[in-house]
Amino acid sequence: MPTTTTSPARTHPRRRRATGAPPFLVGWGAIAGLVALVPLVYLVVRSLDAGPGAFLEVLGRPRTGELILRSLALAGAVTAACMVIGFLGAWLVVRTDLPGRRAAGVLLALPLAVPSYVAGFTWISEAPGLAGFWGAFGVLVSVSFPYVFLPVVGALRATDTGLEEVARSLGHGPARVLLGVTLRQVWPAATAGGLLVALYILSDFGAVSLMRYDTFTLGIYTSYRGTFNRTPAAVLGCVLVVLAALITWGEARARGRAAQLVGRGVPRQAAATRLGRWRPAWAGFVGLVIAVSLGVPAYSLTHWMVVGSSLGVDLPDLGDAGLVTLQAAAAGAIVTTVLAIPVGVLAARYRGRATATLETATYVGHALPGITVGLALVFLGVRVLPGIYQELPLLVFGYAVLFLPLAVGAVRTAVVAAPPRLEEVSRSLGHSRFVTLARVTLPLAAPGVGAGAALVFLTIAKELPATLMLRPTGADTLAVRLWSYTGVGQYAAAAPYAVLLVLLAAIPTLVLNRAFREHDRALRAQEKEDR
Amino acid sequence: MSLRTHSAVLRWIGAAAVTASLAAVAGCGGGTPAAAPADGAALTIYSGRSENLVGPLLDRLEKAVGVDVEVRYGSTGEMAAQLLEEGADSPADVFFGQDAGALGALSGAGLLAPLPADVIAPAAAKYRATDSTWVATSARARVVTYNPDLVPAADLPRSLDDLLDPKWKGRIGYAPSNASWLSFVTGLRLIRGEDGARQWLTAFAAQNPQRFDGNGAILDAVAAGTLPAGLVNHYYLYEKTSEVDPAGYKARNHYVPNDPLGLVNVAGAGVVEASDNKEAAQRAVAFLLSEEAQQYLVDETGEYPVVEGVTPTRDYDLAPLASLSPPDVNLADLSSLEQTEAMLQQVGLL
Repeated sequence: MPTTTTSPARTHPRRRRATGAPPFLVGWGAIAGLVALVPLVYLVVRSLDAGPGAFLEVLGRPRTGELILRSLALAGAVTAACMVIGFLGAWLVVRTDLPGRRAAGVLLALPLAVPSYVAGFTWISEAPGLAGFWGAFGVLVSVSFPYVFLPVVGALRATDTGLEEVARSLGHGPARVLLGVTLRQVWPAATAGGLLVALYILSDFGAVSLMRYDTFTLGIYTSYRGTFNRTPAAVLGCVLVVLAALITWGEARARGRAAQLVGRGVPRQAAATRLGRWRPAWAGFVGLVIAVSLGVPAYSLTHWMVVGSSLGVDLPDLGDAGLVTLQAAAAGAIVTTVLAIPVGVLAARYRGRATATLETATYVGHALPGITVGLALVFLGVRVLPGIYQELPLLVFGYAVLFLPLAVGAVRTAVVAAPPRLEEVSRSLGHSRFVTLARVTLPLAAPGVGAGAALVFLTIAKELPATLMLRPTGADTLAVRLWSYTGVGQYAAAAPYAVLLVLLAAIPTLVLNRAFREHDRALRAQEKEDR
Repeated sequence: MSLRTHSAVLRWIGAAAVTASLAAVAGCGGGTPAAAPADGAALTIYSGRSENLVGPLLDRLEKAVGVDVEVRYGSTGEMAAQLLEEGADSPADVFFGQDAGALGALSGAGLLAPLPADVIAPAAAKYRATDSTWVATSARARVVTYNPDLVPAADLPRSLDDLLDPKWKGRIGYAPSNASWLSFVTGLRLIRGEDGARQWLTAFAAQNPQRFDGNGAILDAVAAGTLPAGLVNHYYLYEKTSEVDPAGYKARNHYVPNDPLGLVNVAGAGVVEASDNKEAAQRAVAFLLSEEAQQYLVDETGEYPVVEGVTPTRDYDLAPLASLSPPDVNLADLSSLEQTEAMLQQVGLL
């Protein structure tokens, strides 16, 4: 039997207590937990600065409740739309005969590299009438659906198509197979991506501010930028942490109730689903998503370059910024993924209260605005680590705090899909748990882990507020240069930096695709041999 | 063996990571300028003003002061927050900010060291902090930006109370989280008192003013014709029209003299108390008040000088500073921002 469906009840034997986890994994995960705790400690210290009275005063402000509801409404709507687009996009690219699916696989990941303030600016300058909820919704969906797309692609590639074939052979229609089998298979990956979207929307200020839809972050930014008082910002940050914890908990419940499917370890990619007469319609759907998410910014950038007088590309500067970005994003992606592995493995294999808490702790950083996490690291850096303050290591540390959940979710989802039986075989052959992790679990989970690293890379490349505070003096990333030009209205000069940012973002996606193709080839050769 | 095929993915990822790291190392050599010299004499400037505006000026400053200068660029608000967080351990020597409120907040937290009298002497008295902890380097006026196609000249407000007329309902823009808007409200409180200010703000809120991300966004909306008018700083117009054809950019500045709407705010600089190089830092601030620096600021940004006798050599459609007759507000008092924020919360404008 190629796959095993296990109901939640049946997964319990795998849910050993956290105490059963190997000590090296617990220690390694604890480091990740400590990293994630930095902003929490900072927020608590800062928000109680002015005494509990000030804390309650900020919470009791008339607009606080209203702004929470506005943020949640936006986060809910954007998350739902991203899950639909991300899932359908991934399914079309991985499982069907969609024309141009290889190119679509790359193009659908790229919008993640478009900073929300760039997307927001391009939308509002082309269509000022869009301002408000729907404008903010459109911009945020267009830049964040890859949070769902990438992990679901990873999950689809790692799971077996056998069950879908069985369903089809039983006479189920394509829609029923898609929703009843495929969606259920990748549901954990999709909800993990949706969680990232929801938390990101809570933290965003750039797009909502440009689209003139007030959310909870308005109070935080007014506090930093307008009144130079960090206490209200910290109190509001605590509220975001609580919201993030609740949403993370809710996602775990939603994920846990879904039936989980365990692959047998060798995903077999059957013949692509034929889209038949719906093929043009699906191609049109993918084309539309790409046109809106990449086409609109591309059109706007071209427009800036044509009408702007500030155009004059400083190639050495552009190259330097590109290399600094590559350096920071690559280092950040590697460190973040390494920290995420134990958390993801613990969450997948040793489910318990302690691991659930650890996992939640790593997620809250993603709901906090970059400026808050940046200040938390300033707080830590100048006091505890002055030697690396405003040096690359602390910047990378900051990226890990901000983007740990991107990799944690990917690792967990991939490990859940890997059959524990193979690990048991490895253990029974006398391999240590570390060797088993390194030689069985992680190779099985590689597609998902790689997708997580790519997600981190893309997101770091465009990060701005924490980068501004923590970067080594003079080391400007593409996002910093972009901000520097757009801040004074020099859009034409800014455009090449935006273009390079998106091009750079194609690298991890192309590398992953290449890896998967090689993987598939090796698999096909293997199957021939087996026969 | 199936695991072998899986490890193909890992191999690729590993190869990619190595490639990226190599590129990163190369970037390290080529991308970042040399670090500070070992003698520790380098001066670190935190600039809340944009590199594209003041970068060349700070290059000249480096020559004039005669020490290596490292500049970190950021937004004034974010940089002020960073300095507040760094406190006594800050690596910064000089703070160069966009707004009197930020300078006042840093000064209030004891993070700025008093400047010697001869350093700040060139600036007119109203452009210095009462306790000499910072000095203005340029001045900017609050103006009403408007689209002449949508607002006839006769309808332009002569005072802020004119904005309470029903004809402005829903037709005026402001930037709620912007520091210069908050400074304007603080100025209003100082001029009209708490009750007077609350009264005006309540009536203004009832006018359903349109909220924007910042001054630039307001100007773009006015130029595009989607917003008739907005409350901004005067020099944003010059920033915009240096990028696009001024004839096609339909936003104009309307000055409102003798009125809180016409408040004059400043950008300024101070020496950081934590600096271990205060003497050089003071020379840096002195340079910003030199005729050379003042001329640069006036010419490149369309702002007003804080030193007598400097006039722009470029053709900005600028109202003369003398004609502005701004309200009489002590700039240092613009730091009472918490009360301003509380009031704006109360009337629902935040």
